[in-house]
Amino acid sequence: MASTPSVKKIMQPSDKATSGYSKAPMVRPSIPEGKGMRTADELAQATEKISVRDMSFYYSENRALTDISLSIPECCVTAFIGPSGCGKSTFLRCFNRMNDMIEGTRVEGEILLEGQDIYSSRTDIVTLRKRIGMVFQKSTPFPKSIFDNVSFGPKIAGIRKKKELYEIVERSLQRSALWDEVKDRLSESALNLSGGQQHRLCIARALANDPDILLMDEPASALDPASTARIEDLIFELKEQYTIVIVTHNMQQAARVSDQAAFFYQGLLVESGATEELFTNPKKQQTEDYITGRFG
Amino acid sequence: MSSKLDIYTTKRRGRFSNFLFTSVCFLATMTCVLMLFVLIWNLILQGKDWLSWDFVERFPSRFPVKAGIKSALWGSIWLISLTALFSVPLGVGAAVYLEEYAPKSRWRKLIQLNISNLAGVPSIVYGILGLALFVRALALERSVLSGALTLTLVVLPIIILASQEALRSVPDSIRRSAYALGATRWQTVWYQVLPASLPGIMTGVILSLSRALGEAAPLIAVGAMAYVPFVPEKLTDEFTALPIQIFNWTARPQEDFHHLAAAGILVLLIVLVSMNAIAVFVRHKYGKKIRW
Amino acid sequence: MTEERSGEEQSIEMELGEAAVIKLPRSTSLERAGGGLLVSLRPYYEGVIHFTLFLCASISVLVTVGIVVVLLYESIQFFFDVSIIEFLTGTRWTPLLKPQHFGILPLMCGTMLVAGGSAIVAVPIGLGTAIYLSEYASPRFRDIVKPMLEILAGIPSVVYGYLAVVFVSPIIRYVFPSAGVFNAASACIVVGIMILPMIISLSEDILQSVPLSLRGAAFALGANKFEVTVRVVVPAALSGIIASFLLAISRAIGETMAVTLAAGATPKLTLNPLESIQTMTAYIVQVSQGDTPAGTVEYRTIFAVGLTLFLTTMTMNVIAQYILSRVGERYE
Repeated sequence: MASTPSVKKIMQPSDKATSGYSKAPMVRPSIPEGKGMRTADELAQATEKISVRDMSFYYSENRALTDISLSIPECCVTAFIGPSGCGKSTFLRCFNRMNDMIEGTRVEGEILLEGQDIYSSRTDIVTLRKRIGMVFQKSTPFPKSIFDNVSFGPKIAGIRKKKELYEIVERSLQRSALWDEVKDRLSESALNLSGGQQHRLCIARALANDPDILLMDEPASALDPASTARIEDLIFELKEQYTIVIVTHNMQQAARVSDQAAFFYQGLLVESGATEELFTNPKKQQTEDYITGRFG
Repeated sequence: MSSKLDIYTTKRRGRFSNFLFTSVCFLATMTCVLMLFVLIWNLILQGKDWLSWDFVERFPSRFPVKAGIKSALWGSIWLISLTALFSVPLGVGAAVYLEEYAPKSRWRKLIQLNISNLAGVPSIVYGILGLALFVRALALERSVLSGALTLTLVVLPIIILASQEALRSVPDSIRRSAYALGATRWQTVWYQVLPASLPGIMTGVILSLSRALGEAAPLIAVGAMAYVPFVPEKLTDEFTALPIQIFNWTARPQEDFHHLAAAGILVLLIVLVSMNAIAVFVRHKYGKKIRW
Repeated sequence: MTEERSGEEQSIEMELGEAAVIKLPRSTSLERAGGGLLVSLRPYYEGVIHFTLFLCASISVLVTVGIVVVLLYESIQFFFDVSIIEFLTGTRWTPLLKPQHFGILPLMCGTMLVAGGSAIVAVPIGLGTAIYLSEYASPRFRDIVKPMLEILAGIPSVVYGYLAVVFVSPIIRYVFPSAGVFNAASACIVVGIMILPMIISLSEDILQSVPLSLRGAAFALGANKFEVTVRVVVPAALSGIIASFLLAISRAIGETMAVTLAAGATPKLTLNPLESIQTMTAYIVQVSQGDTPAGTVEYRTIFAVGLTLFLTTMTMNVIAQYILSRVGERYE
């Protein structure tokens, strides 16, 4: 509960995001001050974590993404923005190869994780997913206890000692700012948690695998403003240790939490750059139109 | 007369036919309910005086007063336990393969169609298969093992279909989450999908086994004995079962044997009802916790 | 499944040594070779499970193959001794008595008499109940009646046989003094009760799947409940309802114990329900109960009869399944 003041601070823009955005479309999203957002120079200096080179993605014959090239810096938040159906979620799922589960999908080009090709035939998909965690749009707790939910990853990785598992669960829940709320009822069903808590539980579950990268598909899009604010605070804290990639169609949110932003439209990466610059001084007309809400 | 229809009219068109039709349908429904009550009332009336602890403790006999169902009851217990042992892993395994592993191909469609059709094959046909395959070809003779293997064939399609239904009710988000956490396919199935679908699978298994418990035809075809004055002790022993004992008693002309049959049916129904009660309990206890 | 489980525990144990050193087995490389023992074994281990499960599913195909092979093998031998023409057209069936006759028509006739008779009992009551439950009944009434129907469906067939002998047959003989102790009518009635729950639950599902919009459209045109049900809902669901009848009749054809107990053991080419008859299934039971030595013509008759029974029910089931699959497509 130490974070209450900052919750209040962020409450206002998020309120604007839910109610004011569509009514006042010409307003440019404001960049919050003093929240530790990385500048363009810092971004340029950061180590490259994931590098995407000329990647195209196909659903059987239909090309969903065309020639994407993008660099994702370490310990930063990268946001993918764009209208529905622009391919941003598909792109996100390419990083941990969740698209493999859909039959008839195909990837061209390469995505490198620290120099190793994610789509190489030698890649072990399970190891990959342990290093690149994912949180889904809709929180999906397993119908089990809170403890079992968080300890699932370590358990399948072979950790059986209760004490060790407990330590991991505690650490993960603390990092996801859920520990204080649930520490007395770890054996209760995760389905009894509120929506926002379930979402943080899913984050904790991903963190328990100790990944380097966290993918978030429209985090908090189904949550109330207060819960959203908590998740956004959390993203800010987590980026000190993790490389975070989020997909969002809420421009206010992208402006609040991300260091780097990439704008997608109809399967193309239109523009990418430091959030600061992209939102204040976009280079392309399409980007300008979209972030000011003039998009039709 | 006004050409406009009065919306307050009491003379509604087709009122009588509506009433008649509703009544006929309602009567049909009540007939079904009535049949159930007639059946149970008749059984209790005929069998209640013959039902006693001794009846359960005694072996069959030529004299109605001395006859009991000990060997039949134990035969049924043997059969059901063995059938469960064989059919549950096979059936659930097949369901997991079809729902979680098999690619959407013609082969899978074929297996699926095949299973639906197997569920409709008369049980006596399985009995003939068991006779040729287990009793003769594998030379298992008229043993408990032959009987249980035959019953396994009878209930396998039902268990597969019920388990598939249960697996399908687990939302895909659970699978996706597990995969995203680095679980392999089997880990996803074993730790998440199977536990989540367990109440459904259990219900299906119990219902299929209660079907097996009431089956007599395939057992007669594989040669279950009419008169077995001992309890089976090993897999190769000859056996009888509750429904077969009931069949034999019913087939006799003497009134007293009919009373015995009624008492035997009451025992069989008590076992079936308790099995179904367990199924309902499982569905309520564990099914309600999970809301998607 | 127990074997698979223990296999998994083993490989986890293998890996525990490594897991104890580093808190989380986290490989920096994405390649399998860099991921420790478990990772390098995992593809094989997953493959073994995949293959085992595949075998489980294949057994169902093997069972079908087994049924067809066994029935055909013995039947073909049977047809070496008995001409197929006599089998299909002969009007007397006395394989267990001298002189032997192997005409299946009396058994077919008995089977069809029972199937038809039970349909006459079950179809009107079943359809009426299904319509009432689907269209008229309050949710509370449904909650009470549906479990009762489930109980009715769960009662073993031998119990219905008992009901026929002890309860139904005496009533029939009281009303029609000419009826025999064993008669087809009592079999028809109890088999009809047996297949009722099947008709009701299948037909009700089909009726419920008729879209609400269709009902709404009819109501909006000023139709009353009766007209909506009879003119719109039932016709829309008709093919599915017919499929449910087919499945139920196929079940009646394969029904064994009740028929054996109630209808008797005299194969007869008759349509009089008050006489004793024999069905295909009852004949198989009769032979199984006796001591017919394997390899004789008498023994092989049950396979020839079994094959006929299998083909009859299979054809009806396949037709019903086909109709149902088309119904499913229409409203999707």
